[in-house]
Amino acid sequence: MGHSHGEPNGLPTVTLDPRLSPGASLADPLSDDAKARVRELGAQVIARYPRARSAMMPLLYLVQAEQGYVSPDGIKLVAELLGLTTAEVAAVSTFYTMYKRRSCGDYHVGVCTNTLCAILGGDAIFAALKDHLGVGNAGTTPDNKVTLEHIECNAACDYAPVVMVNWEFFDNQTVESAKELVDKLRAGDLPMPSRGASLITHVETSRVLAGFPDALVNEGPSAGPESLVGVELAKERGDAAPAIESKDPA
Amino acid sequence: MTFALTPVLTANWGTPRSWTLASYRRTGGYDALRTALAMEPDALIALVKDSGLRGRGGAGFPTGMKWGFIPQGDGKPHYLVVNADESEPGTCKDIPLMMASPHTLLEGVLISAYAIRANQAFIYVRGEVLHVVRRLLNAVEEAKAAGFIGHNVLGSGFNIDVVVHIGAGAYICGEETALLESLEGFRGQPRLRPPFPAIEGLYACPTVINNVETISSVPAIVRGGASWFKKMGTEKSPGFKIFSLSGHVARPGQYEAPLGITLRELLDATGGMREGHQLKFWTPGGSSTPLFTAEHLDVPLDFEGPPANGSMLGTTALQLFDETTCVVRAVLRWSEFYAHESCGKCTPCREGVFWYVQILERLERGMGDEQDIDTLLDLSENILGRAFCALGDGATSPVTSSIQYFRDEYIAHFDGRGCPFDPVASTVFAGASA
Repeated sequence: MGHSHGEPNGLPTVTLDPRLSPGASLADPLSDDAKARVRELGAQVIARYPRARSAMMPLLYLVQAEQGYVSPDGIKLVAELLGLTTAEVAAVSTFYTMYKRRSCGDYHVGVCTNTLCAILGGDAIFAALKDHLGVGNAGTTPDNKVTLEHIECNAACDYAPVVMVNWEFFDNQTVESAKELVDKLRAGDLPMPSRGASLITHVETSRVLAGFPDALVNEGPSAGPESLVGVELAKERGDAAPAIESKDPA
Repeated sequence: MTFALTPVLTANWGTPRSWTLASYRRTGGYDALRTALAMEPDALIALVKDSGLRGRGGAGFPTGMKWGFIPQGDGKPHYLVVNADESEPGTCKDIPLMMASPHTLLEGVLISAYAIRANQAFIYVRGEVLHVVRRLLNAVEEAKAAGFIGHNVLGSGFNIDVVVHIGAGAYICGEETALLESLEGFRGQPRLRPPFPAIEGLYACPTVINNVETISSVPAIVRGGASWFKKMGTEKSPGFKIFSLSGHVARPGQYEAPLGITLRELLDATGGMREGHQLKFWTPGGSSTPLFTAEHLDVPLDFEGPPANGSMLGTTALQLFDETTCVVRAVLRWSEFYAHESCGKCTPCREGVFWYVQILERLERGMGDEQDIDTLLDLSENILGRAFCALGDGATSPVTSSIQYFRDEYIAHFDGRGCPFDPVASTVFAGASA
């Protein structure tokens, strides 16, 4: 059965096969508890900005943190909090790829297939994972654990090929290491990112991205080995920036 | 030729718990803020002008001059916005900087905001880097607790608030006016200029937008002075810069060196290409800068060198590819990226990059002909300079430069048998998995 949810406020009528969104149908209502949480945190978010509408993006993360995606109900709530129409909010939420339009697995696995990663092995990794997991791009495994997606450059080219899990770095991947990674995610045996903190679920990720951090900031290293090669080479060569001679900046 | 690496921004990345305020302060962190707050804001702007610091986000606009455009005594709020939406393919300097030392950026934000008389600053960071977001949010909280952010900072009378604004996956938001739209709660689509952000930026108020590396360089300039900064780099492009080496090289990573260094010098110092392979093509500063080849190894990497040789310095994202790489495949991938990220606002970019992908796919499959190359060049002429913002211009760079240097390789794809390259040979695990 397809869901159809037109609404008077301008949101387009969408009919999608619910098999595309395992774990949740597109018409999931936001519970009263969830709405209360979003209203409470949402007031803090709005207070950060000189103008309320600037809170749009963190508010969308907040509703995504409740349902794993931005639902029509979530859009309605953000519109209410900002005094906007649902069309104005949906226009924004559908523009940005990190706001999901259907439920995501616990672990979003993003394989970089932008040119550099693709050529160094990202294409092979993405093809192997599609095959290994039996899903296509943006597909979710039947256990609702892993959503696989190819992503664009994630600013870690010195660690190519790169795989992101819930936007944490897994550097210098191979086909084998990536398969092992998703197997572990599905088994609940969570590996540590190369540079980052213990993995949290995709839903929990959205709350941090709304600007409400968890307590994991001090986990993980300062930098990975590739980030430090220049500093180490400078030491090896005895190189340094010129000495600062005077305290007087003029 | 001798050159010396000049770690300044990267110097503390390897120190224990470098992301914490305590660690940052142990090496003199926030001393520059104290110095700056004892100066007149105009004197700070003059200092940055004297230093010759130019924007590190790609355009190379003189930072002090940009700050000087902010009208003073206009009665409007002023804003400082940091562009931390690092997404240009190949670019990977700001993310490790904010992961390892968010306080370097934050100290720069506070000094720069004071200089332009802004009481509100925003750091617009891309959302796809969870741990960097944590480190930034934590740094802001630590700085608030220490009295560096808030009311009457260090007794100076300066009030400042800093908000970390987290993006949601849109390359276009690295374009400064699209970034502002996004920060105001709209789709990230660029604005027509003029008016420039210095006059009407965020909420139609005077706004300075600078890249992470630019703002992070400011505390060092306050500490060392303009003449110290100018001891590094070239006359027109002074200072240190993080060069990001990636691809088929022996030692990929971040190397902080004076502007004006050449790729040959960098490769000589870092072990060159991966063993047994030769450089085929490279980007001087991300995929939006036209490709270079082995002919260009001696081009000085400053704001003048690459433009004099048909490219741009960009973000100093040096992506290197060896002879195993098919240039048509590389350009197809970049074009797919631009097609995915085109915001759809203007026709030349939206339609042009769509057709790039259709044509390049056909070429890569071996189904193309000479006319396709002409069509690619024709499309490029209709995008470059006619698109609404630099995204469209950037999309033409890999297409036109690859045809310029590797036309024969395009032609080698015409025989109907598909790409003549073995994609396995270009992977980092080639050999291991064979």
